Amino acid sequence: MATLAPTTQWTKGAKDDYRTCPVTTLKVDLHSERLIIANAVMAVVCLALGGIAALLIALTRWQAIHLLDAAWFYRLLTLHGIDMLVAWIVFFEMAGLHFGSTILLNARQANPKLAWFGFILMTVGGLLANGVVLFDSNSIVTFTAYVPLKAHPLFYLSYILFAVGALITVITFFINLVVAKREGRFEGSLPLVVFGLMTAAILATYTLLQGAAAIVPAFFWSLGVLPEYDPGIYRNFFWGFGHPAQQVNLAAMVAIWYALAQMTLGIRPLNEKFSRLAFILYLFFINLGSAHHLLVDPGLSFAWKAVNTSYAMYLAVLGSMMHAFSIPAAMEVAQRAKGFTKGLFGWLRNAPWNEPGFSSLVVSMILFGWIGGITGVTIGTEQINMLAHNTLRLPGHFHATVVGGTTTAFMGFTYYVIPLIFRKELKLKKWAQWQPYVYGVGSALVSLGMITSGLQGVSRRNWDITFAGVVPGTVDLTLAIFGIGALIAVTGGIMYLTVVLASVFTGPRMEAGQLLLVAGSQNPLLESTKLTDEQMERPQNQPKGTLVLVFAFLVWFAVYYLSNWWLLGRTWFIR
Amino acid sequence: MLAPERIWWKPMGRLEKTWLTVALVWCVFLTIMMPLWYLYGKQNVPAETYRVTKEAYSAKVNEFVTQFQVGEENGIPVVAPPAGSDIYLRASTWQWYPILQLEKGEIYRLHLSSMDLQHGFSLQPVNINLQVLPGYDYVATIVPTTTGEFTVVCNEYCYLGHHTMVGKVIVK
Repeated sequence: MATLAPTTQWTKGAKDDYRTCPVTTLKVDLHSERLIIANAVMAVVCLALGGIAALLIALTRWQAIHLLDAAWFYRLLTLHGIDMLVAWIVFFEMAGLHFGSTILLNARQANPKLAWFGFILMTVGGLLANGVVLFDSNSIVTFTAYVPLKAHPLFYLSYILFAVGALITVITFFINLVVAKREGRFEGSLPLVVFGLMTAAILATYTLLQGAAAIVPAFFWSLGVLPEYDPGIYRNFFWGFGHPAQQVNLAAMVAIWYALAQMTLGIRPLNEKFSRLAFILYLFFINLGSAHHLLVDPGLSFAWKAVNTSYAMYLAVLGSMMHAFSIPAAMEVAQRAKGFTKGLFGWLRNAPWNEPGFSSLVVSMILFGWIGGITGVTIGTEQINMLAHNTLRLPGHFHATVVGGTTTAFMGFTYYVIPLIFRKELKLKKWAQWQPYVYGVGSALVSLGMITSGLQGVSRRNWDITFAGVVPGTVDLTLAIFGIGALIAVTGGIMYLTVVLASVFTGPRMEAGQLLLVAGSQNPLLESTKLTDEQMERPQNQPKGTLVLVFAFLVWFAVYYLSNWWLLGRTWFIR
Repeated sequence: MLAPERIWWKPMGRLEKTWLTVALVWCVFLTIMMPLWYLYGKQNVPAETYRVTKEAYSAKVNEFVTQFQVGEENGIPVVAPPAGSDIYLRASTWQWYPILQLEKGEIYRLHLSSMDLQHGFSLQPVNINLQVLPGYDYVATIVPTTTGEFTVVCNEYCYLGHHTMVGKVIVK
């Protein structure tokens, strides 16, 4: 366990630069606190904007309703991609990086000015992107802005500003880590949660550099300075940004998973080596996944596609499968140590299902792995991609990972950030308790509706599929499932926003911020220190139930994967 | 959330080793499926590609249409090329040109290229999807195994009229 460093080294003795949490005695740097609040507020604003767009475009693709006209559909689709896939998640991650590199380490924000500069650039970039897409009809180019589709130069500039801002924030994260280590703020190794966030930060660094490689030439091309921009090269660089950006989300989400499990169940990671190895696999192999988007592109060989799409040998998938075991296993051991040792799943039956941090963790893991993970690996298989490329199966996959997975986990985490950082008591606790379930069911239906539509050939990013005249009647059903799912998910989103706004604006001010459970009353941070080695090693505490669960997952994975090969074998011969 | 001791490199437990081994075996299986299908499967992603200018490709398409045109539908020529030949499809906003009339069980070399933006070749309900880029002549060797009328949908967003970009392939 970490021991806390003496306070004498604190930032130049300035008194109001930190406060001490009286329960955990952890110091909370006030610069960090304000930065976290600012980033979280921007994240939630972007989530709200993207959510309005989500509702309207879903009601348009639901063919029976078909709400918007074509131009507004494509415009809001562009906006939805930018606000959700980039702005909401990255702002939240930046809040997470500040949290992880200072408060979790009992350390200080080493360079607040630089951190604020990063935040301001991101905010200007994010708002500018929204403005350009809303008011310039040439900039309705969707999130990917594939060259030679040419947007307004300000569109590319907004991406660049946002990315540079994010890069600066990532740099402050690394600075904070170094300063914390040098000043002896924590003893021992980096906590696993911070280790996961550091993985995310390293991934973010090269992701953003690759984004610059794609977008900076596009900016000069849109100005007319660069006469030609090869579309194949653009795609390669763009996905060097677009795909790893989602893997930043993955690493950050897994870090949050460990945090949520620690906060709500008091877990201790079974084996630090196992969990950290899984993060390191992400670090080395995940960048290759950029090839997932180029599998049916001209100009690339089978060997190039196969090696890259498989992350060398599915080694990043191996990382995720390791976390898929280690997190539930740690949860099971912690539950069994509390005495819930009956049968294989007694620990699960007696879990705190009314604690949103726990339920959002479970919802997030199920949707991410059982829907998002297996569909991603399957459509990312070189040959099978021919059946799936640019169909609704694609957004079906990443709505399970990014919405059902990442967003659900981030939302669950917010309920603990509010008392800890905003120092406000959480309001509407009942809503918070129901929210992960509502949002989870909605996201699951969205994904399943999209995947089943895509399996029937319905393309993504398409205002009206009836023009195609190709789709069988069952598509109406699957698109309706998608639409109804979207309504439910938006309801869950509104519940989340209501809880957050009600708490921040009307919640009673707490004297000192602390980590509080929603359904319980103990302090989870202190509880988490209680598991002993002896408890972890006791035979009746071993995670046998988890082993059954992961094997069931593997069977489901295999069935879905192999049935797609069978589907491929039935289509025209092509080479 | 609290820091572990400095040396966290400890041997893994039995259950962890079991799952790690099983997962690794699964990953190896996923990996070898692709080269296996490449060697023995009938459906593989085309890789044959040539650089081409818009003008050169357009000239090829026009030559192809004059040579093998058999009819017209809504102003778009219907072309019936001989089995085994090179056949051409041109993508532009927002049209697939021409309409191809093929024979079941015969082999064709299908050329795909775009005159302007990126487009997506999505043959429905066969459900084969390929990316079409300007400047690239992408050659897919295909054998139609079913008969009927098939639709070519554009599935890469190509600005506001994207959804109207629909073409046709007939297999007899």
